[in-house]
Amino acid sequence: MSTGIVTAAYIAASVLFILSLGGLSNQESAKRAVWYGIVGMAIAVLATVFGPLVELSTILVVMIAVGAVIGIIVAQRVEMTGMPQLVAALHSFVGLAAVFIGINSDFNPPAGLAGAELIIHEVEIFLGVFIGAITFTGSIIAYGKLAGSINGKALTLPGRHAFNSIMVIACLVLGAMYMNHAGPWTLYAMTAIAFIIGIHMVMAIGGADMPVVVSMLNSYSGWAAAATGFLLGNDLLIVTGALVGSSGAILSYIMCKAMNRSFISVILGGFGGSKGPAMEIDGEMIATDADSVAASLDEADSVVIVPGYGMAVAQAQSSVSELTRRLRAKGKNVRFAIHPVAGRLPGHMNVLLAEAKVPYDIVLEMDEINDDLPDTDVVMVIGSNDIVNPAAQEDPNSPIAGMPVLEVWKAKQVFVSKRGQGTGYSGVENPLFFKENTRMFYGDAKASIDALLQKIS
Amino acid sequence: MKIGAPKETFKGEDRVAMTPQSAQALQKLGYDCLIESGAGAAARFSDEDYAAAGVEVVKTASALWKAADIVAKVRPPSDAETKKLRKGQTLISFFYPAQNEALLEKVNKAGSTLIAMDMVPRISRAQKMDALSSMANIAGYRAVIEAGNNFGRFFTGQITAAGKVPPAKVLVIGAGVAGLAAIGAAQSMGAIVRAFDVRPEVAEQIESMGAEFLFLDFEESGSGDGGYAAPSSPEFREKQLALFREQAPDVDIVITTALIPGRDAPKLWLEDMVMAMKPGSLIVDLAAERGGNCDLTQMDKKVETSNGVTVIGYTDFPSRMAAQSSTLYSTNVRHMMDDLTPEKDGQVFHNMDDDVIRGATAAHEGEVTFPPPPPKIQAIAKAVPKAPEKTAEEIAAEEAAAMKKAGRFQTLILIAGGLLMAFIGAFAPASFMQHFIVFALSCFVGFQVIWNVSHALHTPLMAVTNAISGIIIVGALLQVGSSSTIVMVLAAISVLIASINIVGGFMVTRRMLAMFQKS
Repeated sequence: MSTGIVTAAYIAASVLFILSLGGLSNQESAKRAVWYGIVGMAIAVLATVFGPLVELSTILVVMIAVGAVIGIIVAQRVEMTGMPQLVAALHSFVGLAAVFIGINSDFNPPAGLAGAELIIHEVEIFLGVFIGAITFTGSIIAYGKLAGSINGKALTLPGRHAFNSIMVIACLVLGAMYMNHAGPWTLYAMTAIAFIIGIHMVMAIGGADMPVVVSMLNSYSGWAAAATGFLLGNDLLIVTGALVGSSGAILSYIMCKAMNRSFISVILGGFGGSKGPAMEIDGEMIATDADSVAASLDEADSVVIVPGYGMAVAQAQSSVSELTRRLRAKGKNVRFAIHPVAGRLPGHMNVLLAEAKVPYDIVLEMDEINDDLPDTDVVMVIGSNDIVNPAAQEDPNSPIAGMPVLEVWKAKQVFVSKRGQGTGYSGVENPLFFKENTRMFYGDAKASIDALLQKIS
Repeated sequence: MKIGAPKETFKGEDRVAMTPQSAQALQKLGYDCLIESGAGAAARFSDEDYAAAGVEVVKTASALWKAADIVAKVRPPSDAETKKLRKGQTLISFFYPAQNEALLEKVNKAGSTLIAMDMVPRISRAQKMDALSSMANIAGYRAVIEAGNNFGRFFTGQITAAGKVPPAKVLVIGAGVAGLAAIGAAQSMGAIVRAFDVRPEVAEQIESMGAEFLFLDFEESGSGDGGYAAPSSPEFREKQLALFREQAPDVDIVITTALIPGRDAPKLWLEDMVMAMKPGSLIVDLAAERGGNCDLTQMDKKVETSNGVTVIGYTDFPSRMAAQSSTLYSTNVRHMMDDLTPEKDGQVFHNMDDDVIRGATAAHEGEVTFPPPPPKIQAIAKAVPKAPEKTAEEIAAEEAAAMKKAGRFQTLILIAGGLLMAFIGAFAPASFMQHFIVFALSCFVGFQVIWNVSHALHTPLMAVTNAISGIIIVGALLQVGSSSTIVMVLAAISVLIASINIVGGFMVTRRMLAMFQKS
C-alpha cells in the first residue's frame, strides 16, 4: 500500500470520526453514527498496519487480539452505574500510551532533524509525555475515587498550591535542560513529576466535581494524542486528538457553567468558603411516609422526578422506572428533570434511566423543564440535593449562589427521598427541605421507592 | 378537673362547645366531662351519644356551672351566666373583649379566668385552636350556599337542549379565611369568581383558588398586623370604590367579608352600586354583625331592594351548620386544653409566658389581662424588598453593552491568536506549520460539532471519544517494528491498551445507545 493510499485512508477516517461525533446530536442518529466511528477506526488501523511504514508481525496481531478481547469483556461486564469508572480507566490507557510513545520517540529520533526542527520535535516529545503522564495518573486516581476504593473527599494538603507551582516550575526547568541535551534522564524525571502532579491534582477534587474532572481528563487524553501526532508527523492523530480534546473541553465548560464555578477553581480543588453568614432558615423538616406519598401521587396529574447521585448509589433506577410506568399507565404526565451535573459523569442520569427503560423523550434538561415546574403537582427529588437548592437563587452569601438549579420548590408539592438529614456535597444547608410544601421521605432511595410501589398498583 | 359545656342561651344559637368526639379526647387529657342535657340536640348530638362517650349528662345549667371547674361555651356569657361564675373557675368562649369591656369586668370581678377563643394569636403554632378561622371557613362556605338558595339561576354555565345558560359571576370582597372559603365553594359550583382584597400579597392565594384577582393600581399596601387588613387612606378608598362601581352591573352575586379588627365594618358596597346591579342579583354580607359592608344590609335579615336585589345580612352562618361548626369549634377548644395541660394529668397549668395562652387570656387571677402584649413571633414573615424592576430600555442597553464587550473580547483574542501564530510561523519550520493548520482547523471543527451534541448523550459521547482517542494505536504501530527492544516492548504494550480502548469504547457506546428508547 503506497503512502498516498494510506493518506487517503486517513482522510476517510477523519471524516468518519467527525460524522460519528456529529451524529450524537440525537438518540436515533447516534445509533448509526457509532458505526461511522467503528468503520473509521477500522480503516485507520488497517491502512497503518498494511502501510509502508509497518511490518506485520505476530506480536502485533497478538497484542491487538488480546486488547480486543479484554475490551469486549470489559464493555459487556460493566454496570451502567460503573460507567464513570470505566471512562476514567480508558482515559488512563490513552495517557500511558502517549507516555510510552513519547519515550520511544526519544530513543529513536527520526533521522535528519536539525536546528529548529529538532527543538520542535523535542518540545513535542516533552509536551506529549507531560500531558500523557498527568492524564495517566489523574485518571487512575479518578477511577479509584469513582469506584470508591479511594476516599472521595477532597484532599487538601497545606500549601498545596505552592506544591503544585514548584512541581510545574521543576518540569519547565527540566524541559529547558532537555532542549539543551542534558540527557534523557531529564525526560524521565519530568515524567515522574508529572505523575505526581496528576495524582495530587485529582486527589484535591471532591466527589461532585468529578464530572468536570472526568471531562477534563477526556480532553487531556485528546491533547496527548494530538501531541503524539505532532511528534510522529501524523495528521490523523492530530485531527482525532483535536476532536477529542475540544470535546472534553466543551464538556468541562458545560459542567462548570452548570455549577457556576470557574474551571480554574474546580481544578485547584477544595470548595470555596462562603462570603458571609448564610441566610437563616425557618421552619422545620417534616417527615412523611409511603402512604401519603402514594396518596399525593395518586391525586397528581403531573409528576416530575429529579434524580441525583443518590439514585445511582442506591441502584434505584429500575424501581423508579417501574414507578414511572405505573403512573403513566394511570394517565399521569410523568417527566424527569436532569441537571447537567447530576451524577458523576456528564449525562450519567440519562444513561441510567435509559438502562432502566425509561423512554428518553420524557427525560428533559433543566432549561426545558424549569418553566413547567410551577404547574407541576408533585415533584419527587430522589437522591439529589445541591441541584435543587433554592439558596443558589435566594441567598447571595451561599457558596453555591448563582448556580443554575431546578426550581422544584415552585411546584405544589415536593417529596424528597433522602437517606438522612445531612447536607449535600457543597455542605450547604438546603432551605428546600424546610419549605412548607416539602415533605421528607427518609430512607434508602431503592427501599423507599419499593415501599411506594406496593401502595401504587 | 371537670370540663362542662352548657346549652347555649343565645337565641337561635345551635352550636355546642363539646361534642362526643372532643369529649373523648379531653378525657385522654385526664379531664372529666360534663354536658347539660340537650345542649347538643340542635347540632344533632343526643344526650345518649354523650353518655356513650363517657360524658356525664347534667340536668340543669346551674348544676353544670356549679360542678365544672372549666366551662366551655361558644357565645360570650349572658349576664345571668356571669352571675354563676365563681372564683377559680375558667371560662372558655368567644368573648370579643375589646367590645365587651363591661362584661369582661364582671367576669374578672367574679375572680374567674377567661380564655377568649377569638383572641388566640394568629401564629402557625396556634392555627389548630384558631376558632375564628374555623368559623370563618364555615361562614364563607355557607354564604355561597345561602346565595345559591336565593339565586334564580345556575352557578355553572351550561349548554342544554333548551338553550345556553351563562355562568353566574361572583365577586368576593375580602380574601381572608371566609373570603377564600367562599371563593373555593363558588368556584367548585362552577361560577366565574373574582375577588378583591386590599392586601396585594393575597393575590397569589386568590389565584391559587382559581379566582381572578381584581388588581388595583395603587401604591399602598393594606396589610396590618397579624395577617389582618388595616384601614386605608381616602384616596385608596376612592379608587377601590370606583373599581367596585365598575363591577356592579356585571356581577350576579357579591359576597363581602371585609373586616378590620376592633372597628366597624368598612362600607364598601354603597347604595348606588346596589342600584346598578341587575334584578335578581344577590349580596351576602358576612360583616353584618359589625354594621355590614353594604349600605343596605340589615342585620339578621334578608331584604329585597326596590330594584330587585336581595341583601342577606345573616350573622349566624356557622350556627346554620351547627353539626359542622360544633365539631370544629370543640376541636379548637380541645387543642386549647391540650396546650393548657402539658402534663396530660387533668390539671390546668396556666402558663402566662406562653404566647398563645397569654394572648387568649383576657382575665386571670383577679386581673384583667387584656389587651395582651404583641406576640413575640411575627405572624407572617415581612416581605423582602425587591430590587426595582428593570425597564425594557435598561435591559436592552445592558444587552447591547454585553454584546459590545463580548465583541471587543473576541477581537482581542483573535488579534492575540494571530500574533502568536505569526510568532510561531516566524521560527517554526514549514513541516510543523502544515501540521499546525490541520490541528487548528480540527479544533474548530470539533467545537462546532460537539456543541450540537444532545446533553442526554454526554456519557456516550465520552465513551466514543474514548474509543477514537485509541487512535493513538497508530503511533504505537509505527514504533513496534523498532530494532530497540525497549521501544518494541513499550510500543507493544501501547498497542495492547489502545486496542482495549478502541474495542471497549465502541462496544460500550453501542450498548448504551441501544438502551435509549422512545416511548
